[in-house]
Amino acid sequence: MIAATVDAGISLSQVAPVAVCAHCGLPAAAGRRFCCPGCAAAFDTIQGLGLGSYYRQRVLDPATRAPRPENAERWDLGRYVTTDASGVHQLNLAVDGLQCGACVWLIESVLAREPSLRQGRINMTTRRLRLVWTGASGEAERFVAVVERLGYRLVPFDAAALAAAQDRTGRTLLRALAVAGFAAGNVMFISISVWAGFTQGMGPATRDLMHWLSALIAMPAIAYAGMPFFRSAVGALRRGHTNMDVPISIGVVLVTTMSLVETLRGGRYTYFDSAIALLFFLLIGRVLDHRARGQARATAEHLLTLRSNDVAVLQPGGSTRRRSQESVAAGEHVLVGMGERIGVDGVVERGAAPLDTSLVTGESLPQQAGPGTLVFAGTLNLGEPLTVRATATGSATLLAECVRLIEAAEARRSRFVVLADRVARRYAPAVHVCALLTFLWWWGVQGVPLIQALLTACAVLIVTCPCALALAVPAVQVIATGRLFQAGILLKSATALERLAQVDTVVFDKTGTLTEPTLALAQAARGDPEALRLAASLAASSRHPLSRSLLAAVGAVPAAEGVQERPGQGLALPTETGEIRLGSRAFAGDAAAAPAESAELWLARPGHPPVCFTFHERLRNDTAETVARLRGLGLAVHLVSGDRTAPVARVAAALGIAHWQAGYLPAAKVALIESLKRQGRTVLMVGDGLNDGPSLAAATVSASPATAADISQTIADVVFQGRLLAPVVDVLRTARRARSVMRQNLTMSIGYNALMLPLALAGYVTPWLAAAAMSSSSLVVMANSFRVRSGRV
Amino acid sequence: MPVVLYLMILSLILGVGGLAAFLWSLRSGQYEDMEGAASRILFDEPPR
Repeated sequence: MIAATVDAGISLSQVAPVAVCAHCGLPAAAGRRFCCPGCAAAFDTIQGLGLGSYYRQRVLDPATRAPRPENAERWDLGRYVTTDASGVHQLNLAVDGLQCGACVWLIESVLAREPSLRQGRINMTTRRLRLVWTGASGEAERFVAVVERLGYRLVPFDAAALAAAQDRTGRTLLRALAVAGFAAGNVMFISISVWAGFTQGMGPATRDLMHWLSALIAMPAIAYAGMPFFRSAVGALRRGHTNMDVPISIGVVLVTTMSLVETLRGGRYTYFDSAIALLFFLLIGRVLDHRARGQARATAEHLLTLRSNDVAVLQPGGSTRRRSQESVAAGEHVLVGMGERIGVDGVVERGAAPLDTSLVTGESLPQQAGPGTLVFAGTLNLGEPLTVRATATGSATLLAECVRLIEAAEARRSRFVVLADRVARRYAPAVHVCALLTFLWWWGVQGVPLIQALLTACAVLIVTCPCALALAVPAVQVIATGRLFQAGILLKSATALERLAQVDTVVFDKTGTLTEPTLALAQAARGDPEALRLAASLAASSRHPLSRSLLAAVGAVPAAEGVQERPGQGLALPTETGEIRLGSRAFAGDAAAAPAESAELWLARPGHPPVCFTFHERLRNDTAETVARLRGLGLAVHLVSGDRTAPVARVAAALGIAHWQAGYLPAAKVALIESLKRQGRTVLMVGDGLNDGPSLAAATVSASPATAADISQTIADVVFQGRLLAPVVDVLRTARRARSVMRQNLTMSIGYNALMLPLALAGYVTPWLAAAAMSSSSLVVMANSFRVRSGRV
Repeated sequence: MPVVLYLMILSLILGVGGLAAFLWSLRSGQYEDMEGAASRILFDEPPR
């Protein structure tokens, strides 16, 4: 025992100085400048081009993939290159590994050396590289290779496939906002001088001139900036219902028309300023809202592109050719290398390897696959290369089946009617009937002149103009979305906040949601620090998830030199006294030891008994607290997992969750959620796996951690970042708070309208009074909305 | 009084100029990469 301690002490002092690779920043062997030859080559290239200042200026981001050159996948780039009539080629690529602005500068500087390249520019927000060049289209291969040698990963994507529609909406809104802002500012200036003129004695001619000028600026601006509202209103009316844009459009159009009539008649008052200012404020809300959610969507798209993959199809001669997944026919053979995601459903023909199926089934431990095993698209090969005979491809794979389930579930999810639209449905007809009755009463019954009856009816509409009503909900939404965004919670759907506020049941997935996305080294396995460090130095050169977990438990350890990967078995390091092995029980372990219940790694050293490291799933640090807080909010908590019964039962017991189901397939999860909904429950589904996708879509509202499978993130209404589960509670609390503030706002603005309406009906409302009350009610509603910010999220 | 007229016309021209500049910058894609624009300023032009 004493000897072992002394032994460990000596070894520790020998490994102690941890060197950092000068290129990628990952740990390197002691005394070395680089971790691998690829990094050394990249460093030389950069220095050779005179771009060495890159290393002084960059800031490595630990959350991003380190720029270590890896054996990149070979892409069939030709498919993605577009060529126009004049022979100019274009290619769009997603860039993985961008750390900071210096990386953008480096890549662009290196590409600038390519004479035939016209443009090689990176968009840092979307992390996309756009290449435009003349000459041979095959040159793309060279450009991509140049960048990949620096340590970045490039993945081509079809620019047309990524819908640009969303971006177009954003631009339209921004343009409308600019026009409305310009007009609102100028018209407001003129209005102030007119108002000042009332007390300081402005002549009627000057006032008319000012009105004409206001009309000149405001009318085209309203026609342009109001388009998003008018279009939406007309669309809603055509489908036979109303939304909030209907009263907005009618109000704006009527106020403008009436102001124009007053201008023509040389009247005292016009309202061009209120009409355009209303549009301006509403547009600010819409632009911010659009931006906040666009960011979440862009992030999801980027991840999606990075994970897509071509597959290597075995040709009759034994060579392989990279082709797109969709082009593989059933019966063809596909080669799946280590660390590669299987692109097709099929049967393993040759080779044996552990597979990480967590994305598909939710199973936390790698599954062993051998000849005859059925494998599914989306699983990750952790061992030696496998030859898979495709049985289903493209739209017939399990993955595609999941996508279909998702689409079906989304179609079933009845169109949620937002609060503001529900109010508008009753509000708009009531107001318009009121105005009509007013007109008929004054014109038909009282017999006043037509123009005066019309003006009184317009006054009713102005007084009930839904300024405050239209601001009531979006103002709260923008403030709540911004607050959540700061806390790392992305709200992707506009209606998510309102749906979240109604949730009474939360359904959790287990693996990767309640638990950490990676396995953790068991505490008991940490007994021997020397063995642990040695194992970690071997593991540093492997991509196996257990190796990664081992490394994470030990911290920065230099990778041992000369480690060999034994496919399907583990890692070996030849030394003078014999081979050091790290790997499976059969490869490095003690076959006589008691069978393990969880994942394990064995370390065998010459002259020492084998050491076993066990790994287990670990709950997130705040899972228990979060579940308790959810119960505190009066929510029912369910646990549904695709994993085996034992680990699910253990987690359920630890958290005190009474309703739990294990071994559920995606369809069964959907059925469970549907049955909960039939019982009148409003369900929030929190999950991360591909297998959770359909149930995420089936639930009333859904959330995913940022580590989730891409499909899940795409579907989820809410994506939360970080290692904690607390955002689930935060988002629910914020949603409830937002709903109560929205209701207060609506009550206040309707109450104001109800107060002013009798005066307007009686014809007592002077335009002055209407304008003042209208803006003050809007201000009160805005001020109240800011209350969402106060208090803890 | 004519001075007010001149000033109003002048301010409108300036305002329209600003609006046009904004619309042009929007069309030429200058709002597509706000993050990149912020960090590009820190680096020299790519050496040719």
